[in-house]
Amino acid sequence: MAIAPVLVPTALGSRGGSSSRRRRYWRTTALAYLFLLPAVVVIAVFHFFAIGFAFYISLFNWKVIRGAFLALTNYTVILQDSDFHQALVTTIWYAVLTVPISIILALVAALLLSRNLRGVAVYRTLFFIPYVTSTVAAAAVWRVIFRPDGAISGFWKWAGAPSPQWLNEPRGIFQLVLQPFGIVPPAWADGPSLALFCIAVMSIWYSQGFDTVVFLAGLTAIPKELYEAARLDGASEGQVFRYLTWPLLMPTTFFILVISVIGSFKAFNQIYIMTGGGPAGTTTTVALLVYNQAFRYGHLGYASSLAFILFAIILGLTLVQFRVVGRGVRAASG
Amino acid sequence: MASTTQTRQLPAIRTGTTTRHTRHPLRAVPVYSALTVGGILVALPFIWMVLTSFKTQFEALAYPPTFLPSVWHLSNYADAWKLPGPWPGGFARYFVNTIFIASATTAGSIITSVLAGYTFAKMEFFGRNVVFMCLLATLMVPFEAMLVPDFVIVKSLHWYDTYQALIVPWLASVFGIFLLRQTISTLPNELWDAAQLDGLGHAGYLYRVVAPLSLPGILTLALFGFLESWNSLLWPLIVTSSDTMRPLQVGLSFFITENGTQISQLMAAATFTIAPILVLFLVAQRQFIEGIARAGLKG
Repeated sequence: MAIAPVLVPTALGSRGGSSSRRRRYWRTTALAYLFLLPAVVVIAVFHFFAIGFAFYISLFNWKVIRGAFLALTNYTVILQDSDFHQALVTTIWYAVLTVPISIILALVAALLLSRNLRGVAVYRTLFFIPYVTSTVAAAAVWRVIFRPDGAISGFWKWAGAPSPQWLNEPRGIFQLVLQPFGIVPPAWADGPSLALFCIAVMSIWYSQGFDTVVFLAGLTAIPKELYEAARLDGASEGQVFRYLTWPLLMPTTFFILVISVIGSFKAFNQIYIMTGGGPAGTTTTVALLVYNQAFRYGHLGYASSLAFILFAIILGLTLVQFRVVGRGVRAASG
Repeated sequence: MASTTQTRQLPAIRTGTTTRHTRHPLRAVPVYSALTVGGILVALPFIWMVLTSFKTQFEALAYPPTFLPSVWHLSNYADAWKLPGPWPGGFARYFVNTIFIASATTAGSIITSVLAGYTFAKMEFFGRNVVFMCLLATLMVPFEAMLVPDFVIVKSLHWYDTYQALIVPWLASVFGIFLLRQTISTLPNELWDAAQLDGLGHAGYLYRVVAPLSLPGILTLALFGFLESWNSLLWPLIVTSSDTMRPLQVGLSFFITENGTQISQLMAAATFTIAPILVLFLVAQRQFIEGIARAGLKG
């Protein structure tokens, strides 16, 4: 009971005491809601009401102002829209290109940093810097680096190879890699465009510092005694990693995986700045499609439906990860 | 109090786990080499950005490329600051806007989060769990799904292209409430008993005792809030239309995508956009990294 007994007047009998306590409870309740009021008003309007309102908007042909009621037509149209299909494939490719590589790089970096060497804190700071810089400014730098007449192309030319078009290249990376060997893959196996690949490089550079810091925190949480015991038992470094570090780090890896997949499905800034969704729409992810539909073409109803579908996909993916990978995590660490 | 929470969290993160691999000094060489290669790859875009910002447009695109500028041109910074092109405000205006918006949203979200965090952590009241669960539920919905309705709400309030639109939706954050609820719930209840003996009510206790003792949590929230506001693009892009209302990232994004923007001026603009946050990070990196690590461990 949070109510301190000292303040309950002792002169009152037990009946009076409980009614005074009840009065205090309701006074506290009133005060609590007064304290909550500023936060609750903002969150109620811009988060809570907004979610319901988003669904309401998605049921209409809403262009700047509300138009005809469409029921679920927006949703059925989207599911058959080839732009949506392409954006979904692009988004999945973007996640596939960024998430695993980020996690592996970050894990390696964290394992190296966790060795108690002098001066490694400087490296940790350095790896983390991209994450605090603005994505817009960082994407501007990478956009310039990847120009057809920019630094990477210059390096390519210097090495004597014909330079690709980087961010202007809509063709798939598998197609481009196989081209010198005279192999033309079928259209479905072209892979993500080189432009999307370049954005993925920037995104990995940007996010690895965050993953590294989280991995480091996970590594520090592993009790030192376990390593001492393993060493006494004569375990090799590989065995220590395979049977000790990796399983005990599983919850951290899982957390990073979930966060990264969600992040890759929501990525907007670097794509908007580096390509704006081009060339030939090959870097238009679902998040970018939502923006284009709503704020370039003014199709607010359609965009709102699209956002709900994106939300459903993210939610579904998270649940799948919890079921499939999460079970493995519990088995490995439990 | 503040220092005890820090010493409990920090040394482990800072020093790492093991000394097991470092008995022989030579074994450290591959580790340092790998870290250095990684460090160079991470730093190279920044180095290149700064070097290019001092070159002429001609030299920035020259082939073969030069590494160091042949002549160091400071003028790119002045030219980018004044912003050539159809933008009368210039970066001075964008900076003022961003500093104002980031300060206002950070201050606001600290106040609302301390109040709400304290209420959830230390007060018994009717409907506490229901309200808390409702807040929790909003965390599941991505910002993208609220973009359209929030835009319509702002428009119907006639806030489009005003500071209100840029500030008010960010005056409270569920993340901030959770963070401070967490921080405040670690304070011992005896403090409240003692405060009551001294005649303090909830408000006085919150202001005089809880807020000062929760400073580490408040600082973490302030840093992340300020960083998020400083770096945000999507929302201000949507709700502003006039050049004088634009915050820094939106202004920069227009400068980037405009045809004919000079590369060296663009890199100068990127440099001075990044610099203040970089300084802030280097000064307060403990808070940053600890905050991230703590969030990660909870998951």
